[in-house]
Amino acid sequence: MTAQQIIFLIAAIYTLASGVLTVTSRNLIHAAFWLISAFFGVAAIYALLNANFIAIVQIVVYVGAIAILFIFAVMLTRRDLRVSEHRLNKGWQIGAALAAALFVGMVSMLAQWSGFTKTADAFPTQFDAVGALGEALTSPNAYVLPFEVASALLLAALVGAVYVAFNPRADENSEAQK
Amino acid sequence: MSEWIYVALFLIVGLIIPIGAITAGFILGPKKPNPVKESTYECGIETVGPAWIQFKAQYYIFALVFLVFDVEAVFLFPWAVKLGQLGLYAVVEGIIFVSILIVGLAYTWRKGMLEWA
Amino acid sequence: MSFWNDPLKVAAGWLEGILTGWGMNAIAAHVLTVFLGVLILIVLLMVLDIFLVWIERKVVARFQDRLGPNRVGPFGLIQPFADIIKLIIKEDTTPANADKALYNLAPILSMMSVLILWAIVPLAPVMLGTDLNVGALFLIAAGAIGTLSIIMAGWGSNNKFALLGGFRQVAVMISFEVPMLTMLLIPTIFAGSMNMNAIINAQNVWYVWLSPLGALIFLIAAIAELGRSPFDLAEGESELVSGFNIEYSGMKFGMFYAGELLHAFTYGGFLAILFFGGYRFFGLEQVSPFLAILILILKAMFGYWVIMWVKYTMMRIRIDQMLSFNWKFLTPLSFALLLVTALMNALLSSAPTWLYVSGMILANILTGWIALEIARSATRQERERTEGIKQPAEVRH
Repeated sequence: MTAQQIIFLIAAIYTLASGVLTVTSRNLIHAAFWLISAFFGVAAIYALLNANFIAIVQIVVYVGAIAILFIFAVMLTRRDLRVSEHRLNKGWQIGAALAAALFVGMVSMLAQWSGFTKTADAFPTQFDAVGALGEALTSPNAYVLPFEVASALLLAALVGAVYVAFNPRADENSEAQK
Repeated sequence: MSEWIYVALFLIVGLIIPIGAITAGFILGPKKPNPVKESTYECGIETVGPAWIQFKAQYYIFALVFLVFDVEAVFLFPWAVKLGQLGLYAVVEGIIFVSILIVGLAYTWRKGMLEWA
Repeated sequence: MSFWNDPLKVAAGWLEGILTGWGMNAIAAHVLTVFLGVLILIVLLMVLDIFLVWIERKVVARFQDRLGPNRVGPFGLIQPFADIIKLIIKEDTTPANADKALYNLAPILSMMSVLILWAIVPLAPVMLGTDLNVGALFLIAAGAIGTLSIIMAGWGSNNKFALLGGFRQVAVMISFEVPMLTMLLIPTIFAGSMNMNAIINAQNVWYVWLSPLGALIFLIAAIAELGRSPFDLAEGESELVSGFNIEYSGMKFGMFYAGELLHAFTYGGFLAILFFGGYRFFGLEQVSPFLAILILILKAMFGYWVIMWVKYTMMRIRIDQMLSFNWKFLTPLSFALLLVTALMNALLSSAPTWLYVSGMILANILTGWIALEIARSATRQERERTEGIKQPAEVRH
């Protein structure tokens, strides 16, 4: 095993463990922090793939903004943050069987695949990955339209958020809140 | 990838140093807990009710607006890196991109969502 | 190649030679050497941090017409060590109902988020830090960890003041991250790279001359990110009794305190790197790497001093004022400045340097002046509208 594979295994196990703890944690805030920890693991995997920009964006956007949004949402909507009811319902055996079948199926399908032995190719020296992305995003022959549409999509998200929040009934309720 | 190993080493040392300092404080300091010392500090009076209270929804709105602009700025970084070589049409694309979101900010403002009421 | 011209490479080569001589794997020897280098750098930073305590106390004393620490050692220089001994031997109390894991993790992450920033700081032409091609965003990513540590502290303490302070601080940090991201785009546009080394190398003209308004907005956003006055509403001694770190004592409080000082110094350093040419000073940096480090430290100290100056001059503002200032003034202004800078940069790209620089300064001054005029007329209208209402608006948390 190369050092790269060992680092990948550590990052992957760390991400998976954080994910499992996210769904099993009884305290909602702890679940949110385990989710953030999983985001860091994913960022480490991106970094292993030489995807520097995506790795850093993973932290800036997911940890910096979406995680904060999650924590705010959790703290704003629930008075008691500890989940006391059972986290498994009657169908859990069927769910577990389906998940296991899916896992076995994927492993048997991917067992013949040669991609597992590959490592990420190193970039040629002096290759400017972020610059290439910038060129692709602004070139009329490439992705300039998706680039502008992304802005419109963000606008839609903003308008939607404002519309949901701008609720006359919520205003009355907020009088009673802290 | 090698540059990330350097960052990871900073991460490890950056964790070791504060952990070491706090452990040193834990070992050297006295440990005489009592219920009054461990009670929640609130300017000398007893706390009333739980501390984990519900907060006003305005924090959530600001977090949402921030998320949108955060993603926008992230999109602009590759654009900014290549701007010097790409010339005027890339600048115009950037102006369109930012203007669309400024409209969003103006809409949020008009709807009174930026007020801390 | 002598030690005085390239101390890092010489020392690393010497150490790696010894380690491989002991029969160590070459890669492992390299990683261990870099690890030791990082350890030494961070220990030096912590020593610097100890003296920052002294500097901060001396400077605030001067601002408030006092003498400051002057009893322990010459000029009170030993005072910070006395402070540290006091912090270490203090009892480490934990509130009974605290969320123990998050409570204990918060000061560690707070310090770590500051120390990790030094991974991308180029100290001298031969000591470049890591050559990360996403350096500008790394600054924001480390800030995100800092934000998390404050939520953890506020939540974990099980204290109303702490939670309130933590929430406010997070609101400040995420709000001012938008102007900060935008201002990081401006050096990126000029240098054509997010890499800190490339940004320094491209600064034949300091970017503060190309974008004085950008440097100012970056400074304001940095002060808000640090949670220092006038944006210290998270601590608010008179109302929140120190805010998110209210329940911390001993070395855990020390970590928050030292982290804040080092964070301020670090942002002074980034102000120097992004807008004041980093370690460059009229070719002096080529003489010796030690001189280059000294130049960077002096520039960072200047930024740190400006941040202190603002802190001890301005009064605290309310959260609604802070959010209005950011979202209704600073954010639109920073986007306008970004677009004006991008446009001017494209239009003047083939112009001679003097025309380019003066055009940029003019564009900056014009943008700032127009923004101030708009803000002035808007506030005048608002004042006229609310003339009759005397009592101030009630602020809820």
